[in-house]
Amino acid sequence: MPSRSRVVVAMSGGVDSSVAAALLKQQGYDVIGMMLRLWSEPGKADSNRCCTPDAMAQARRVAARLGIPFYAIDAQQIFREIVVGYFIEGYAQGITPNPCLACNRYIRWEYLLNHALALGADYLVTGHYVRLSNDTDGRIQLLRAVDRQKDQSYVLHVLTQAQLEHALFPIGDFTKPQVRQLAESLGLAVASRPDSQDLCFLAGDDYREFLLRNSPGIASPGMIQTRSGERLGEHRGLPFYTIGQRKGLGIAHTQPLYVLEKNIPQNTLIVGTEDELGSSELMVEKANWVRGEPPPGPFRAQVKIRYKARDAWAQVNPLSANKIQIHSEEPLRDITPGQAAVIYDDDICLGGGII
Amino acid sequence: MSADKIYLDYAATTPVDRRVLEVMLPYFSEYFGNPSSIHTFGQQAEAAMENAREIIARCLFCNPSEVIFTSCGSESDNLALRGAALAARQSRDAKHILISPVEHHAVSRTAEQLAEVYGFELEYLPVDETGQVSPTQVAQHLRPDTAVVSVIYANNEIGTLNPIREIGEICRDRGVPFHTDAVQAAAYLPLDVDHLQVDLLSIGAHKFYGPKGVGALYVRNSTRLLPVQTGGGQEFGYRAGTSNIPYIVGMAEALLLAQQERQTRHAHLLPLRDFIIAHILQVIPEARLTGHQQSRLPNHASFVFHHVDGNALLMLLDVEGFACSSGSACKTGSPEPSEVLTALGYTRDWGLGSLRVTLGSESTQGAVESFVVVLPKLIQQLRSMR
Repeated sequence: MPSRSRVVVAMSGGVDSSVAAALLKQQGYDVIGMMLRLWSEPGKADSNRCCTPDAMAQARRVAARLGIPFYAIDAQQIFREIVVGYFIEGYAQGITPNPCLACNRYIRWEYLLNHALALGADYLVTGHYVRLSNDTDGRIQLLRAVDRQKDQSYVLHVLTQAQLEHALFPIGDFTKPQVRQLAESLGLAVASRPDSQDLCFLAGDDYREFLLRNSPGIASPGMIQTRSGERLGEHRGLPFYTIGQRKGLGIAHTQPLYVLEKNIPQNTLIVGTEDELGSSELMVEKANWVRGEPPPGPFRAQVKIRYKARDAWAQVNPLSANKIQIHSEEPLRDITPGQAAVIYDDDICLGGGII
Repeated sequence: MSADKIYLDYAATTPVDRRVLEVMLPYFSEYFGNPSSIHTFGQQAEAAMENAREIIARCLFCNPSEVIFTSCGSESDNLALRGAALAARQSRDAKHILISPVEHHAVSRTAEQLAEVYGFELEYLPVDETGQVSPTQVAQHLRPDTAVVSVIYANNEIGTLNPIREIGEICRDRGVPFHTDAVQAAAYLPLDVDHLQVDLLSIGAHKFYGPKGVGALYVRNSTRLLPVQTGGGQEFGYRAGTSNIPYIVGMAEALLLAQQERQTRHAHLLPLRDFIIAHILQVIPEARLTGHQQSRLPNHASFVFHHVDGNALLMLLDVEGFACSSGSACKTGSPEPSEVLTALGYTRDWGLGSLRVTLGSESTQGAVESFVVVLPKLIQQLRSMR
């Protein structure tokens, strides 16, 4: 590292990004703090999960404590268009979108990265729990965090070599308790907010309420049927259901029933018993391979089909640059169109795509 | 001030002049008395305060009994608007308030509250594309039941000066109290309240090398005003609260220096300002000067750049070592075009790209030269990121 290399730290006011900033400051980098002002529904800015006035004040306090400049950047319009738009559009099309993927790909690691580079920074730093290392041929590998519980490689599998060249993840080598200890020993009085997986822009609301407010015509009631066409009742609108869901279907049946799939053209919710749930086959699109190209395939690897899903062994077959066929060794429940399938070689995140 | 940084935001605030600081210091611990007290300690403090009042009265060409000390320019604006409006309603059932659309928020938000909460009828005067109010328009909009008129002397965002004297004459003829926010003007312009024909005039010390946290309101003896802050009878009953002696003393000294040194300060700043304006308009495409070309503060250059994110520009400038400001001063990353620029007719894609460069005591030719070299590069960089 050249001396006084400049870095921009994406700060949220939380413990992870605060410690990330402190660590780099300690290491002698010229550190600049930044916060993205993301979109929130009018009048709900206070209950957003991130970039609330509170969070911003907290990040400013941390920056002042570290003696680094801090700037807020407006990303409301682009976030509304790309991330929230994708979220609403996805539900309208019957999938269960993962807006964090779009946010990381287009907002953090494109929009914010461009701002960081414009400031003369060499790196953009976030408080994500992942690690980087160099491959034998000089390419950058994305590794799972030391703290497997906190590992966030699932949402960062979208990163390319060009982005990773400018990325630093200083806390991926630590466990969450270690990070908290570091915060304490560095004198960072960071509020220990509960970790949450809620989407930041839902403002603490159920996503269904959000969809109805922001896309009033998105849900229309239709039939609930079994695969064989037996009509069991009426659903309130397909966006309100997820694959694998059991509770809240509002139908009485001799056996517990699960959501198997959504038939969009017919606006029908297909349900069935537990043994009908799950499949071994999945097709993945919009793939990203962290190395830049797919490994020679087919090959055996671990696959995660949701952020919190367990690894599953599978046969992975890259069909083209952005299409992957995955055949899991055990049937997988909860294969959910719109979520990502992320492929690992042990600790190395190879890439993934959208189911 | 950071050694390697160049401060170009004197309209936001100024450093306290050393000479001002010197005269303030004895009044923190040595002469600390409460001027309301009977004893010697109190008398010493009172003497200092009344001396300060006299100095300020001389600068405003008014009677000391017409100078009310407040905590800042915003408080002065609040007291002027709210105090005059409520008094006019009480005495003559007036209910109409007339202000320009380019007022500082201390005036416009107060007027809005008077309308929304107190039932006044708020009307905005038209302005031209330089942000100037025409006296003729004031004459046309004045009504028998107008409670108070307020027009800013020198605008903080765009630096434009208003024809205060001409507007004051019209208001005087109609018997309507006229307030001007002179917070930006006080550092550089004459404050002769009789010449200006104003009844109420606000200043804040930190804009002219005095301390933050102190201001004053001139209230013409004949002008009726209801107090906003009630309590002890300080400040002739207009503004209760123990007087802030060291700051009041500092403000008087700072205002005196500003008025005494007006010529030299102008001579220092005008060429620098004109250098920046000429250079930027010449070098940067799709750049416009906001506000009036001639009739503007001598230290004030303000621009809009088409298709530039003004907040991002401030950030880049700061990292390069230049501290500037914009019209839509916003630290939270939620920019909206400023109301002032909108009132001047700028569309969003221009209004969001505003930049305010304000010069002061430490500004040098070298500093502005390096500034005009850096700025065009940053503008180009931001435009290429779109």
